[in-house]
Amino acid sequence: MENPENVIEVRNLQIDFHTYAGEVKAIRDVSFDLRKGETLAIVGESGSGKSVTTRSLMGLLAPNAVIKGGSIMFHDEDIIKKSEKDMQHIRGKDIAMIFQDPMTSLDPTMRIGLQIAEPLMKHKGLKKKEAVAQALEMLKLVGITNPEGRINDYPYQFSGGMRQRIVIAIALVCYPEVLIADEPTTALDVTIQAQILDLMKDLQNRIDTSIIFITHDLGVVAGMADRVAVMYAGKIVEYGTVDEIFFNPQHPYTWGLLNSMPTLDTEGGSLSAIPGTPPDLLDPPVGDAFAARSDYAMKIDTEQEPPFFKVSDTHYAATWLLHPDAPKVTPPAEIVRRQKKFAAMEKPEPPIKHVTKE
Amino acid sequence: MRKYLLKRIFYLFLTLFIVATATFFLMKLMPGTPLQNEAKLTASEKASILAQYGLDKPVWLQYFIYIGGIFKGSLGLSFQFSDQAVSYLIGSRMGPSMQLGGQAMVVGVIFGIILGAVGAIRKDTWADRLATILSILGIAVPSFVLAILLQYYLGLKLGWFPVAGWEGFAYTILPTLALAASPLAETARFIRTDMVDVLSSDYIELAKAKGLSKFGIVYHHALRNSLIPMVTLIGPLAAALMTGSMVVENIFSVPGIGEQFVKSILVNDYPTIMGVTIFYSALLCLLLLLTDIVYGIIDPRIRLSGNGD
Amino acid sequence: MVDNPNNIEIKPGDFEPLDKAAGPDNEKIAAPSLTFGQDVWRRLKSNKTAFTSFIVLILLFLMAFGGQALYHQNPNDQEPKYANLPPKIPGVGIHGLNGHINQSGADVDAYKQAGAGSNVHYILGTDYLGRDLLARIMYGTRVSLEIALIATLIDLTIGVGFGILSGWMGGRVDMFMQRIIEILSSIPSLVVMVLMATAFQKTGMASIIAALALINWTTMARLTRAQTLQLKNQDFILAARTLGESAPKIAWKHLLPNLSSVIIIQTMFTIPNAIFFEAFLSYIGIGISSPQASLGTLISDGQKNFQFLPYQMWYPAIVLIVLMLAFNLLGDGMRDAFDPKSKR
Repeated sequence: MENPENVIEVRNLQIDFHTYAGEVKAIRDVSFDLRKGETLAIVGESGSGKSVTTRSLMGLLAPNAVIKGGSIMFHDEDIIKKSEKDMQHIRGKDIAMIFQDPMTSLDPTMRIGLQIAEPLMKHKGLKKKEAVAQALEMLKLVGITNPEGRINDYPYQFSGGMRQRIVIAIALVCYPEVLIADEPTTALDVTIQAQILDLMKDLQNRIDTSIIFITHDLGVVAGMADRVAVMYAGKIVEYGTVDEIFFNPQHPYTWGLLNSMPTLDTEGGSLSAIPGTPPDLLDPPVGDAFAARSDYAMKIDTEQEPPFFKVSDTHYAATWLLHPDAPKVTPPAEIVRRQKKFAAMEKPEPPIKHVTKE
Repeated sequence: MRKYLLKRIFYLFLTLFIVATATFFLMKLMPGTPLQNEAKLTASEKASILAQYGLDKPVWLQYFIYIGGIFKGSLGLSFQFSDQAVSYLIGSRMGPSMQLGGQAMVVGVIFGIILGAVGAIRKDTWADRLATILSILGIAVPSFVLAILLQYYLGLKLGWFPVAGWEGFAYTILPTLALAASPLAETARFIRTDMVDVLSSDYIELAKAKGLSKFGIVYHHALRNSLIPMVTLIGPLAAALMTGSMVVENIFSVPGIGEQFVKSILVNDYPTIMGVTIFYSALLCLLLLLTDIVYGIIDPRIRLSGNGD
Repeated sequence: MVDNPNNIEIKPGDFEPLDKAAGPDNEKIAAPSLTFGQDVWRRLKSNKTAFTSFIVLILLFLMAFGGQALYHQNPNDQEPKYANLPPKIPGVGIHGLNGHINQSGADVDAYKQAGAGSNVHYILGTDYLGRDLLARIMYGTRVSLEIALIATLIDLTIGVGFGILSGWMGGRVDMFMQRIIEILSSIPSLVVMVLMATAFQKTGMASIIAALALINWTTMARLTRAQTLQLKNQDFILAARTLGESAPKIAWKHLLPNLSSVIIIQTMFTIPNAIFFEAFLSYIGIGISSPQASLGTLISDGQKNFQFLPYQMWYPAIVLIVLMLAFNLLGDGMRDAFDPKSKR
């Protein structure tokens, strides 16, 4: 581990998928850290590789996926090098996961009490009875009313929001160090979404776990995350604290994302979509993958891949716009407005130093 | 649930009624009487035999008598065995058929589940291919061909099992094997398809994320979820067994209902054909009804909403 | 990630804004685009088992329907003096194909025994009436296939029509139609066929086809209905309805194409099923009757001499088994090929 504060360190991860048409380069050189007790949001459109990245942390990649390089350090050990047997001892115990659709992620034929108890039986060697007793505690913790009466119910007897609470109970029952939440609220009603997010935050404090929160919805990120990493076409293009990403974004893709997000204080402006579609990762473009869709693309974007430029100690972005020689561009109006707000928030704003990381 | 059951039972009777009616009139379309050696009989002898079978009455009256008889458990008299009631005939031949059918069902389903599960778990490996080939062979080789091959090679040539007859458990082995092939194949295919689906479902992914071992996932989650829909196969399997029993019993000279059915067809023993038809239909209907009830009880997904289709 | 940013080589003009018109196409899709049909065909081809089955089926069809153009023996010509001759292929010495048989332990040239000249040879031998077995198998395969195909075509028509109607109408009509299917499918299919075949005895092919068609369509109807119910509420159908297209036109233009994969796959399983039941009926003696032949009657005839002349049953049985295998394997392959979920 480079930094004792980190729970997980991902370095230069590369993952390919074998398909009929060739090798899809789904993850192209991704590095990030997860710190103790923090919530890291990974944001991006579908296909940007955010889910693949987190599945690799669990050792749950699809059979046609190949890890081409890089490392995933967890407790000074590289997860990539671990055998399936060893991974079974990590999954559910040290690293747990919540899936997107609560309607389908519970076994329809098993009582929920037992489903929550299963990880305890597997990892803590508890007898069924003790495990179910702890499962009951967990049910209380995730806010199921009348848990004693419901512990022997089957999943179909619960609503979507309740089921996601149960899924969370399963994930947290062994008090994992890391919780990966793969779009945990996407399939839920908006009102329920907020409840689930609150629950997750609350439990994070109680259980003291780090969360990797995957989403395509920046609105959800704002209230949830400490830090944000923006992914595009299999790469992280910008990362920083929530405030930095929301109010001082540097990468044109982040601009586009924020611009397409409705906010309450959007002043008269209309939402704008990012034109075009993400590149096909069978044959990733040279240079900046976003160039083809960017209004701010420069010649160099089609020739060389931008390195990470440092914006602040916690904020980096991979765009040539931050190069000292680059012309000064004016971001979209909405972004300018956000940046003004940011400047007001923490002035004096340090001048952008045109130095890349390390 | 109760309302649903009553409805189902009503449909069961409606089905049987339609079968009985259709059978009756189809049989009336055909030539043939219970008279044997017709030339030697005098007119009065003929008349008395016809009267014994109720064939002297108008067709509509015969129909009502027949339907009424069914409610009393009577299926008329056999043409072939002139003094035997069809219901007695069926009853006396039920034992061997049920034993064979039951044995074949158990053998077929157990090995089918194993074969199907292996195929699904080891999908796209040689084990899967072998299981697939075996199960497709079970469908592709008709029971009568399999029966003859088993009888000749295992019975006659190698002498491992009795060739034909019905005098003890050893006699049941070959016909059971011949009959079991089709349910085995059907079960294996069903389980494989179903389990491949189940194994790619989100809750299996969650089970993996819990850190369960491969065996644990299959045993605690995949198998249970694949086996529950298997209950719906009972009806089709029973129907396949009835089909198979006709030739298999014939080839191995098993004194069962299937063997009698084929004989009756060949000698135009209409009352027996009708009787066995109704018996088979009743059996299948009953099994389908039981299947539905059992399915409703064991599948928590439909336990509450189990009142409709 | 660039390891040492100081090594970045910047050329003059690198930071010129990109001319969007000349720039890379932002809608570019790199994967070769395939139509649904092409995709299905590609996947079918890559499935070796299914593709082999497809070839085998073509060969069997050629043999059944075109074989007589090459092999001129009449399947019904009886030559009693040459009855029960084993297979003999000129120039082949392998036992079983050289016209020799084992008679009480001794190797005997059956052709010599029957007084046949050296120019007489039956590739697959003869049956108990001295008919050429190869010619009869070709003929029997043709009859079996004809019966199965016609029966399948009929239950395809009834089943699909019934299914679409039931699914499209919904409500009471659907309820009623479903009851009919429920009742029909709780009668053992074999019993229906036996009844039909018995009732219309002596009419041969027609009665078997009618019997097969009568019982097999319910599965097709059920599948079609389920699919129709699903499609009915999809946007493209709703759009067509809103635009005022007539129901039959929607069924023909929008519904059928989307039902085609379900129908084709089910057909691939209906055909072997029909072949099996035809063979079954003929085997127990209520199907095709002499001098007509089908694979079922050939197996039934061959069985009588199985102990002494096993080839008489083996050959037609093999053809039947291969036919069933090929249809089932192709059906499996097509199911995989049509299912985009199984894209590999």
